[in-house]
Amino acid sequence: MAFQNLSSRLQETMRKLRGKGRLSEKDVDQALREIRLALLEADVNYKVVRDFIGQVKERATGHEVLSSLTPGQQVIRIVNDELTKLMGGTQAKLTLSSRPPSVLMMVGLQGAGKTTTAGKLARMLKGQGHRPLLVACDIYRPAAIKQLQVLGEQLEIPVFSMGEQNPVDIAKAALSHAQKFNNDVVLIDTAGRLHVDEELMEELVQIKAAVNPSEILLVVDAMTGQDAVNVAESFNTRLELGGIILTKLDGDARGGAALSVKAVTGKPIKYIGVSEKMDGLEPFYPDRMASRILGMGDILTLIEKAASAVDQEKAEKMAAKLKEAEFTLEDFLDQIGQMKEMGPIDQLIGMIPGLSSAKHLKGLEVDDSHLKKIEAIINSMTPEERRKPEIIGGSRRKRIAQGSGTKVQDVNRLLKQFSQTRQMLKQFSGASKGRRRKGMFSLFQ
Amino acid sequence: MFWKRMFGKKPAAEQTAPEQEPEQLQEQQQEEQHEQSVEEEQQKSSGFFKRLVSGLEKTKQQFVSKVEQITTGRKVDESLFEELEEVLIQADCGVTTAMFLVDQLRDRAREEKITAAEELRKVLMEEMVALLEKNAAPLKTPEESPYVIMVVGVNGAGKTTTIAKLAYRFKQENAKVLLAAGDTFRAGAIEQLGVWAQRLNVDLIAHQEGADPAAVAFDAVNAAKARGSDVLILDTAGRLQTKVNLMSELAKVHRVVQRELGRDLDEVLLVVDATTGQNALSQGKIFAEAVPLTGIALTKLDGTAKGGIVLALANELDLAVKLVGVGEQYEDLQDFDARSFAAALFGETQE
Ligand SMILES: Nc1nc2c(ncn2[C@@H]2O[C@H](COP(=O)(O)OP(=O)(O)OP(=O)(O)O)[C@@H](O)[C@H]2O)c(=O)[nH]1
Ligand SMILES: [Mg+2]
Repeated sequence: MAFQNLSSRLQETMRKLRGKGRLSEKDVDQALREIRLALLEADVNYKVVRDFIGQVKERATGHEVLSSLTPGQQVIRIVNDELTKLMGGTQAKLTLSSRPPSVLMMVGLQGAGKTTTAGKLARMLKGQGHRPLLVACDIYRPAAIKQLQVLGEQLEIPVFSMGEQNPVDIAKAALSHAQKFNNDVVLIDTAGRLHVDEELMEELVQIKAAVNPSEILLVVDAMTGQDAVNVAESFNTRLELGGIILTKLDGDARGGAALSVKAVTGKPIKYIGVSEKMDGLEPFYPDRMASRILGMGDILTLIEKAASAVDQEKAEKMAAKLKEAEFTLEDFLDQIGQMKEMGPIDQLIGMIPGLSSAKHLKGLEVDDSHLKKIEAIINSMTPEERRKPEIIGGSRRKRIAQGSGTKVQDVNRLLKQFSQTRQMLKQFSGASKGRRRKGMFSLFQ
Repeated sequence: MFWKRMFGKKPAAEQTAPEQEPEQLQEQQQEEQHEQSVEEEQQKSSGFFKRLVSGLEKTKQQFVSKVEQITTGRKVDESLFEELEEVLIQADCGVTTAMFLVDQLRDRAREEKITAAEELRKVLMEEMVALLEKNAAPLKTPEESPYVIMVVGVNGAGKTTTIAKLAYRFKQENAKVLLAAGDTFRAGAIEQLGVWAQRLNVDLIAHQEGADPAAVAFDAVNAAKARGSDVLILDTAGRLQTKVNLMSELAKVHRVVQRELGRDLDEVLLVVDATTGQNALSQGKIFAEAVPLTGIALTKLDGTAKGGIVLALANELDLAVKLVGVGEQYEDLQDFDARSFAAALFGETQE
């Protein structure tokens, strides 16, 4: 499979290089080849990769790097720096007009996630004390209006719609509606369209002219491949985008499209979508995206998420334990307590360098509805049993099941799942032993 | 009767020959537009013919320009191979599959002593077509009613629209079609399929939003049997393949259908958006672990994305494309044709 992760491959290359002490230009080329491959596999556009590698090479073959004592680390640092820089220096905010109502327009290809994102943005704005109005301008896809109405209802945010009338008229009417009803932000959900559909692109231009948006946001699916540049460029040329929102990043897409769209439009990526639910919108951090694209995990997000739920020390310990495959049922219980705040554990795993490619760590994923049961089971164990589940034989299982009001099968299942998970973690960290000490962490420090 | 017509003849895509265009166009202009039934909406299909024709023209042009650009008047050398690899990568074939194809080219060029670049072009086409046809098969020939299709894929791939297109195709053959609104999660999803069912004038089984999709599937199979439906097409909620709970939910829905049917489903189609990059490999792999995929429906080929990822899907996962979507209307569905797909892949990329 094409999903071998860059950190392991680079690790390999760098281990060889590290032994040498000094790098030649050829060594750098070899490392850059790996990086090029990783970027292409992450769906960064071919030409963007070419330019990028050129830039990095220029910096990486400078005297400073080649004569440095830690050239391998220098090369990776440069790659990461440049990538982060390319994706935008800092995280951007929405541009709102000083004279409300501000109009925000969502545009993009079919199925990118515009409607969902419009709902999420409206929810966020409402949380910040704004009075958003959602506007249903997708008159083409069956039940698109209904979709927005349902979301509006859930969020208790008004939705303006006029059936299947001309979207330009709808947008105009929505604006006066907002003025009348004191809505200070108007979010226009437009129909998905191909960037080469002249007629429909013209429609967007007209909506823009009619309501003078303070910002037009291009919604891009994180799974988009090489064509992302064409799409972003067309939309930007026609509409002069204000920013980009990247969706569906809760999956395992590496999201190279982020780099592509940024490179061709120069416009900031403002938010990312990380869930189908309405609270799944997060600010965009270029550095994290850089390491995700490179396949190096997102340790920063992990730590921050953990920090907001528990104290940082605990979270770091947990991350270390996961990596070392030393975690016990006690940790598991702890984890469950924090899980709701931190997000599902499968997402956390994706953020741990080296583990992100271990897709088979599925045993770790825990269904919300089962959480209580698991909690009860573990709570019915003695501390020793939690630390050493191996000692839990038949009679102990019966006792635990009784104590927790569950069935012996439930206990069996939990223990089995747990031991499988631990086994997998062990295998994984075993396979990556050599680099554990001098892992990507140390390379970045 | 319906089966003979559906599968005994040429594919539906060919039946709607572009030559009919002028007539249909006129009819459309003369008539007031009505929305309600297939019969009336057929008159409105000028968009489709236009798209088809211009799509084909585009393909031809692109093929000529890009491939000629690379291969005309050149000798076969390493830089040529690299350029071809580049074209493949830019079409989303992925590095692994692009290298695989180009390696094969190198071998054949050596063995067959090919020196002119033009000749190599033909060889590459052959290799691509061979790869795409490796596991290719048309939609399964029905043996028993109801003929059951389950449609799965990530969010926004084009599942529901593809179902409408399939329903239309079967309906054209006078099959009695039943749709099942198995996406009980996304806001408005049930209504979306409902609108299509109404437009196409086919039956729909739907529960409330938030209902158990397995229960919808259960009802749908039994309704199809009771009503004597020829075809049952089951929609499912879009889901990212990494969501383990949702994937086991999908597996469960499939199991229920299978159990109620007392046999395997006829088709389980993974819908893949042609703009998707390498993540489609992960989709193919993990969806196939949850449900036994029988093929791929590649959507949104009417855009500029080449959909080259299906080469990787064929190469690395043995998944073959059966259908392609070329627009948002229910006529915009074609049978997959490896040769024209491969040709289009070489189309011009914007410099
Ligand atoms: N241009 C084009 N658009 C398409 C095609 N197929 C689907 N679409 C559009 O893509 C969007 C999403 O399609 P849906 O059928 O709703 O996709 P889905 O997979 O059911 O989406 P979810 O149920 O939300 O996961 C709609 O706007 C469709 O009109 C196609 O072949 N070409
Ligand atoms: Mg759908």
